[in-house]
This record gives sequence, C-alpha cells and structure tokens, in this order.
Amino acid sequence: MRLEPIASPGPLRLVLMPLAALGLTVLVAAVLVLAAGAAPLPVFGLIVQGAAGSQFAILETLTRATPLILTGLSVAVAFRAKLWNIGAEAQLYLGAVMAVVLGTGATGLPAPLLIPLIGLAAVLAGGLALLGPAVLKTRFGVDEVVTTLLLNFIVLLFVSLLLEGPLKDPMALGWPRSEKIEAAAALPRLITGKRLHWGFILALVSAGLVWFVLARTVFGYEMRAVGHNAQAARFAGIRVERVLLKTALLSGGLAGLAGYSEVAGLKGNLTLDLSPGYGYTGIVVAMLALLNPLGVVVSAIFVAGIFVGADAMSRSAGVPSYIAQVIVATALLSMVSALLFTRYRIRWR
Amino acid sequence: MDILDIFLTASFWVAAVRIASPLIFATMGELICERAGVLNLGIEGIMTVGAFTGWLTVWLGGGLWLGVGVALLAGMAMGLLHGVLTVPLGLSQHVTGIGITLLATSLTYYIYRIALPQVTSPPKIEAFQPWPVPGLSEIPLIGPALFAQTPLTYLAFACAALTAFVLWRTSLGVAIRAAGENPAAVEAQGLSVTWLRIGAVMAGSGLMAVGGAFLTMSAFNSFFFEMINGRGWVCIALVVFGGWKPGKALLGALLFAAFDAFQVRLQQVAGGVVPYQVFLMLPYALSILALVVMSRRAAAPRALMVPYRAGER
Repeated sequence: MRLEPIASPGPLRLVLMPLAALGLTVLVAAVLVLAAGAAPLPVFGLIVQGAAGSQFAILETLTRATPLILTGLSVAVAFRAKLWNIGAEAQLYLGAVMAVVLGTGATGLPAPLLIPLIGLAAVLAGGLALLGPAVLKTRFGVDEVVTTLLLNFIVLLFVSLLLEGPLKDPMALGWPRSEKIEAAAALPRLITGKRLHWGFILALVSAGLVWFVLARTVFGYEMRAVGHNAQAARFAGIRVERVLLKTALLSGGLAGLAGYSEVAGLKGNLTLDLSPGYGYTGIVVAMLALLNPLGVVVSAIFVAGIFVGADAMSRSAGVPSYIAQVIVATALLSMVSALLFTRYRIRWR
Repeated sequence: MDILDIFLTASFWVAAVRIASPLIFATMGELICERAGVLNLGIEGIMTVGAFTGWLTVWLGGGLWLGVGVALLAGMAMGLLHGVLTVPLGLSQHVTGIGITLLATSLTYYIYRIALPQVTSPPKIEAFQPWPVPGLSEIPLIGPALFAQTPLTYLAFACAALTAFVLWRTSLGVAIRAAGENPAAVEAQGLSVTWLRIGAVMAGSGLMAVGGAFLTMSAFNSFFFEMINGRGWVCIALVVFGGWKPGKALLGALLFAAFDAFQVRLQQVAGGVVPYQVFLMLPYALSILALVVMSRRAAAPRALMVPYRAGER
C-alpha cells in the first residue's frame, strides 16, 4: 500500500472526506450511547438541544467557547511555526494568577486603566511561560513537547502553593481559593444577568488580529516559512531563533489572555479547577480549524457546543458526559486522516 | 530523623524500586517506539487504558496474570491505531499522539462510568503480593528493595533486559533500529519499514499499558481518575535522558523514582518549613534539568518523527 499525491483534488473529494470524518465520529458516539443502554438518536437530539436549543444554551456555548478560542489561537500560532506548544494549560493559569494578583491588589486604579493593565500583565506572564521552553529549544536543542508538558504540572503546583499561601482567601474556610477581584478589574457581562462576558469579544478581536498577523505581516510570513522548512528559511536569511521566540511570546500570551478572561470575565477568582483542560482542548480546536485563526472561532464554538450539550444531555439521559471528550478526540483523529485523503489517494500494490 | 538517615532505611529503597517499576515498563515501551522512528505521545492515555483494563479484568473475576495480558492487548490495540495513523498515513506524530491520549483517557473514563455508575470510592481488588526470594531478600537495604517485590517489578527489570537484548542482539532489533535511523536502507534490504514501525509501536504501547496496569494491580489496588498523573510524560523525558539506550533509561527511571521517594520522606523532615508543593514540583523540575543537561550529547534516532514514504526523499 502506498499514498499517491493527487495533483488537483476535485470538489467532491474536498466535501466528502470531512463528511466521512463526521460520519465516523457520529458512528463512534452512537456505539458508545448504545453501550450505555440508551438510544443514540434521542441522545444526539438532547446534545444539540443542550448546545443550541435555547437562548440560555447558546449563551452558555459561547461562554464556554471563549477560553477555547484563545487557547486554540495559542496552539494554532505555535504549530504554524512548528513550535509544539503543549503547555497552554500552564500559560492560561499564569495569566489567571496575574489577573488575581493585580485584580485583588487594591491598586485604586479606575477600570479603564486597570483592565488593560491586567490584560497586558496576563499576556506577558503567559508569553514568558512559553519563552522559557522556546529558549531551551533554540539554545540547547531541548524538545519543547516534553518541557511544555512538564511545565503544566509545575505551574499547577505553583498555583496550588499560591492558593494555600499568599493568594489564599481567608474567608474560604480552608478551600484553596483566591479572593474575588475588585469590581474595577472585572470584565463586564455582555448581557446583564447572563454569563456571557466581554472576554468573548476579546477572543473574537484576538482571532481577527492573529489572522491579520499571519496573513498580512512579514512576521506571519516568517513564521510560516520557519514552520514549513526551518533550514530553507535560515538559508533565505530569516533569523529562525528570533522568529521562534517571538512566536512563543505571542502563543503563550494568547493562552495567558484565556486565563485572564476566565477570571476577570466569568469566575471572579482563581481556583485549581479554573480550567478543565482548556489548554489541551485548544490543540483539538486548532487542528480542527487547520490552524486557521478564523476557523478557530468556528471550531471552538463547535467543541464548546459538544461539551455544553453533553453536560445537559448527561443530566437528563444518564449517559456519562465523558462522551463529549470521546467525540472531540475521535473528531480530531478522523478529521486529520480525512484531510490527508483530500491530498492523497491509497494505491494498493 | 536526619536527612541522610533516609538513605539507611529499607522502606526508602523498597519504595524507590516500586515507584520505578511502572516507569521502567513505559519508558522501555516509548524507547522501542522512538527507536523505530515513531514518537508516541499517546503514552499517558495508553497507560490509563492499561491501568483500567487490568483492574477491570480482575474486578470482573479474572486472574491477575489474565489482567496483565488484557492490559497488554489493550495497549497494543491503541498502538495499532497510533501506528496506522502515523506510519502508512504519515500524519503528524505530535497531533495523533495527543489525540490518542485524549481518546484513550476519555474512553476509559466513559466505560468506567458505565461499568460503575454512581460509585464514589472505587472498589479494591486483591492485587499482586510480594514474592520474596529466599536468602537474597535477607540482605540489608538492597535485599528487600530488589528481592522482596511483587512479580510485576521483577518483570519490569526483565523487560528492560529483554528490550536491550532484542534491540542490540537480534536481527529483528537491528532492523527496528535501522527503521528509526535510515528507513531507505531497511527498504533496500527487502524489509517493510511500515510493518517494522507498526510492530514496534504496538509492542511498545503494550508495555506502556502494562506499566499502567502496575499502578492498579501492584500499587494502589484500585482504579481512579487522573491516576497516571503525568507519569507517561516523565517517561518521554526519561527516554531522552537515557540517550535512547535501555540501560541508561533504566538507571534514569531508578534515579527519578529514588528522588520521588526521597522527596516524600524529606517532607516529613522539612515539612512545615517548605510548602509541600515545592517537593512535588521537584521531580518535574529535575526532569527538565536532566533534559537540558542530556540533550546536548544525546543522539536521537535520525528518522524520529520523519514519516517514511517509499520512493520519496
């Protein structure tokens, strides 16, 4: 068996292959629902209803999509330059720490000053968290996959240390939880009384900016060149190390922004379960979007919808909500395979 | 207790070898995959699958060794999936690896929830008991550590020796290593890079799963969420630390485990003064430090992460 490149894939192939991936994902989900002793069609209906069937559902999906857009952008930016950032989780938490440190710091600054200040600090914290592994990669040739992964554990322990020490809320009765940030530091809600907040707009603007940087600037071109072929890029006079370090700052910064947005927009304080793996899910979001920043918005909303819908379904149908993660992982694997088959066909010998 | 006294207690050495056991299995598994040219980031998920299937088999009434066998097969099935996606299809090994970890972990949790709805504390199983070797286990300090462990620990050391033997002393091993260094040369010999790599990933993933099964069948006696807790990622670091050589990787696993056992005891001595999180961070920080030190000298297999397509350069 071998793969043969297709010179120009027809439109049928371009449409059929992603549909086949979707079909396979639905099939896997159906088998799992059957295994739980429920009927697939009604359960799928409940998932869709839970994700988009009411104003509440839609707002909840968009709220859940907000951090995923930002971590998805973070991963997409890094992967473009073949900087394998698996540490968005750590960068997110450091951004959140910044939000809490400055947001509960009684700075006395008014909201128009304090909000951008905290945002910048969070971006910087997240960016620096990835700059470390990036420097180790460019200076010493240390694989960033392992270092960024291990940093996730170190940072989470560091946050735990802060929450039981300097950032501990004395009123929390021993729970590892920070104090609430002050009102001037909070991102306002988009609709009064609902959970959707200005972080969502921030995420959309970020997606637009990242798209602009990637598609319309020299830096974006250099990132793609480095990702495509680092040696050729170096030969063409691109300073590969510098590009990688700048990419790291941008990528980590976006994940830091996700942590800031969750604290300042939604939760108000920092706990150890601020992120149920948004950093890792960002990898799926970015891959489903083919690393396209605008596609990240769509795929983040899709993935968020699966999670929100599965949660709602789980409560009423008794099928474990872990099915959402299985669906998302299956979608990732089948989609990357399907995309390969839009460019190659199998030749059996 | 003085800090240095820790090294004079048998329980420290026993714990170090016990903590090392699952790491040895999984590190050897990852090493075999990478030697054949495939990075396996599915390791964390594959260990979760092994931990669960081994435990489930025993909980459902199967024997302990049957549980190990089932874990091995479940791991190999996951390896087959990773192998097919990365070898003939040549997909990004980073992306499929993370995908396998997500899939394997969530699938395990899903099946656990179906099998045991509404269970708050996971049920325990009758796990492997220590098999003390008569005579040798009487030696002070190292006796209990090396000769009074459960059979899976002995198997872990045997597995490291076998990995080294097969990879360097058999023609199959030479072919596997060549698939990771110079696949075109392997193909020129009339061997299939595709099958060598898929086979290596399956075998390696099987070992990772047995490493996971050690946790439920020889250490904690039950399955709970997040129980692998980064051990798989540490094993990837251990492979680099060991310079892709089984002997050094084994040593690395033992050092790491000794450090882990040491920090637990250090907490009891220096508790109060230093927050416990600092001790828990140390093994991970040490892994990163070890990578920095070793990465300069270590020679990764040259075709690692490079998909091979016959006739393409």
